[in-house]
Amino acid sequence: MRKNSSSYSGWKSLITFTVLLLAWVSGFASRLFAVIRFESIIHEFDPWFNYRATAYMVEHGFYNFLNWFDERAWYPLGRIVGGTVYPGLMITSGSIHYILHMLNIPVHIRDICVFLAPIFSGLTAISTYLLTKELWNGGAGLFAACFIAIVPGYISRSVAGSYDNEGIAIFALQITYYLWVKSVKTGSIFWSCITALSYFYMVSAWGGYVFIINLIPLHVFVLLLMGRYSCRLFTSYTTFYILGLLFSMQIPFVGFQPIRTSEHMAASGVFALLIAIGILKHLQSVLSRSEFKYFFIFASLAAAASVFLVVVILTYAGIIAPWSGRFYSLWDTGYAKIHIPIIASVSEHQPTTWFSFFFDLHILVTTFPVGLWYCIKNINDERVFVVLYALSAVYFAGVMVRLMLTLTPVVCILSGIAFSRLLEIFLKEEDNPAATDSDSDQEATPSRGLYDKAGKLRKMRHEQLKESEGLGSNVRSFVIVGTLAMLLMFAVHCTWVTSNAYSSPSIVLASYSQDGSRQILDDFREAYYWLSQNTDNNARVMSWWDYGYQIAGMANRTTLVDNNTWNNSHIALVGKAMSSTESKAYEIMKTLDVDYVLVIFGGVIGYSGDDINKFLWMVRIAEGEHPKDIRESDYFTDRGEFRVDAEGSPTLLNCLMYKLSYYRFGELQLDYRGPAGYDRTRNVVIGNKNFDLTYLEEAYTTEHWLVRIYRVKKDTDFNRPRIPLSERKMKRSSMYISKKTSKRKKGSIKGKPVVVKGKKPVKS
Amino acid sequence: MTSFARVVSRFYGEYTNNTSRKLKIIDAYLFYVLLTGIIQFAYCCLVGTFPFNSFLSGFISCVSSFVLAVCLRLQVNWQNKSQFSKISPERGFADFIFGHIVLHLVVVNFIG
Repeated sequence: MRKNSSSYSGWKSLITFTVLLLAWVSGFASRLFAVIRFESIIHEFDPWFNYRATAYMVEHGFYNFLNWFDERAWYPLGRIVGGTVYPGLMITSGSIHYILHMLNIPVHIRDICVFLAPIFSGLTAISTYLLTKELWNGGAGLFAACFIAIVPGYISRSVAGSYDNEGIAIFALQITYYLWVKSVKTGSIFWSCITALSYFYMVSAWGGYVFIINLIPLHVFVLLLMGRYSCRLFTSYTTFYILGLLFSMQIPFVGFQPIRTSEHMAASGVFALLIAIGILKHLQSVLSRSEFKYFFIFASLAAAASVFLVVVILTYAGIIAPWSGRFYSLWDTGYAKIHIPIIASVSEHQPTTWFSFFFDLHILVTTFPVGLWYCIKNINDERVFVVLYALSAVYFAGVMVRLMLTLTPVVCILSGIAFSRLLEIFLKEEDNPAATDSDSDQEATPSRGLYDKAGKLRKMRHEQLKESEGLGSNVRSFVIVGTLAMLLMFAVHCTWVTSNAYSSPSIVLASYSQDGSRQILDDFREAYYWLSQNTDNNARVMSWWDYGYQIAGMANRTTLVDNNTWNNSHIALVGKAMSSTESKAYEIMKTLDVDYVLVIFGGVIGYSGDDINKFLWMVRIAEGEHPKDIRESDYFTDRGEFRVDAEGSPTLLNCLMYKLSYYRFGELQLDYRGPAGYDRTRNVVIGNKNFDLTYLEEAYTTEHWLVRIYRVKKDTDFNRPRIPLSERKMKRSSMYISKKTSKRKKGSIKGKPVVVKGKKPVKS
Repeated sequence: MTSFARVVSRFYGEYTNNTSRKLKIIDAYLFYVLLTGIIQFAYCCLVGTFPFNSFLSGFISCVSSFVLAVCLRLQVNWQNKSQFSKISPERGFADFIFGHIVLHLVVVNFIG
């Protein structure tokens, strides 16, 4: 290796390029577990809607998509899809599809949707590299890029097939932050405009854009408090804010929210404040001190009066809407549980446990405070930003499991800084620090043993060369080996978590029998396929809202409620139907024109996410809207237990959900030794075994009883007056009567012997 | 009140003497944009904001023109040279044009 300056920078960029490429490849590869184990399929619930919308857009064009009124959802209300989605995801994959087809590469839109998130993870790695490079240096950036490529907290939302907003939104988030830091550094209008554009992309992609529009003003505000006002800050923020405000209102779903709701008010407040400070600073530079003091008092009085007036007027006019429920639940963690059960019912909105911090971030959760400390110690304008980012993201991640996703990138950045500093100290070499950093990066990236060995050997050689430095070589090699071992364990952990926890499509289940062989349970698709083939095209299927998107996407049938939980009372009505007795439920189902009811039942195979386990949430949501008819306490035993065995409360044992789940289950003996009607999920023998359904009939039950579909009987199907046998007539009007004689019927064999009962066949 | 008048007159005198011609042109533009904004605001107060998106796009286009021009003024001003070391006045003007192109494409889309 020669060390002239040109070859040095050449090596540097070569190594940067290689590491980023490896990060991309390994990030892409480790997200493919689900595709390899199962197939190229869309996962879970929300992605099915996104996929359906994308397919609609590709088929009917963009403008029809924006005006799409989906009458197959939320029967009988319908849903204006174009105005109630963040269209960024669909537009992204739709345009990729368009470009590939222009190049005559006929890829199905489903494959693009499946692989979109893994591809974007590579872009996220690159934007994280750029951001960290702006904040610290290139070596830390490479570390951060490698971390973000494989960290489970991000993989959980971006495995192949999980076609959701978050997959592209994290990329948009990181690139927006990078551009923001860049524009604060340079103060250029150009970079601010680009920041606003990328903010626009973020707004179009995910509701989490609110995080950006609050974090950046917070950054500006803290900089002002620290007395770090500069003209660069003024140009970058004012340009970004006013353009971003205008751009964000272009998304139909966001509409006029940016000027109406309190979530966005902080940004405009900081905008006004910054302009006021800008004016004052300008006057300060023009006027002398005494004059300025005089003017300052005058101006501040005027400003205070005007702000007060504006606030009073807006409050009276009721123009500014109060905070929405989801944001209240961020501040007051108990809020959602009391007031909005539908938000609390989603498991993603539960508070995070310590376990899941470690599970999702592993070693990074312990090293990122080190990086934070380095940033605080060597503070400058952009490091204030990353400190605020880290602090707010830690808080939000603690409140909601789902917001772990916003914490993950900043943890990767700060851990990258920490590791980079560590290796800088212990690998001090005057020749090229970038090379050493990236060596160990390559260690962190691949999860196979081969790379590590090669890297480790090279490291040892470096060590032997540098024995004459200040730190003892023993200490140094111990630290290096320890760090590398930790990074190795991190890579192993990431791969393990990805393969075990985050790579299940959840519509195809896999179970392992005792001899280790794998069994695929494909009940969901079986049931949805049955629905699509055997029911009327306009049949309305009632199910709990979790399955709405899947029914619409896979079975293409009309649903009553789905995962876009915009209408709480409609959901409560479905919950009420599920939790009342059969006859009362029938009234509700008749008013809602329900043809089929679909329930998920895991008692046969021991699947825990079934409807009985979700049942309490249905009761709670129904109680919120119909407190007279449904009471949660009725569904508990006297001792306050929720149980389905013989001691369970009679209300529970006679409600529709119980009956639909356990219909005919009492006859089923799963085990030769066990009793009949033994529920494997809840490990009890069910309490109410022999019952019949009056108003519904079983239409279909899948192989492992996971999905059960019932047909709701029409009025004509039962309770008909009994007709005496003599008066019964068969209607034959609709039958086709051939004009041809029976001998010349189509398809009959000529000369076929005619068999008449009681006569011997005549041989001709 | 007399002291205030004195301050203002001194301020005016300093401004006419010490400001370069470029900055004066920008200031005139700023004043014009400010007037446009005030007229729009008065109109919305008197008549109402019925096509709300049209009003918003008009008003925001005013505000952003103002902001962009202020930014340009800051970048062009030689007193701020230390803060904008990498941005020459020509580069600042190109950025300004770029900002306006992006802005007005969106405004035209939004005005409906």
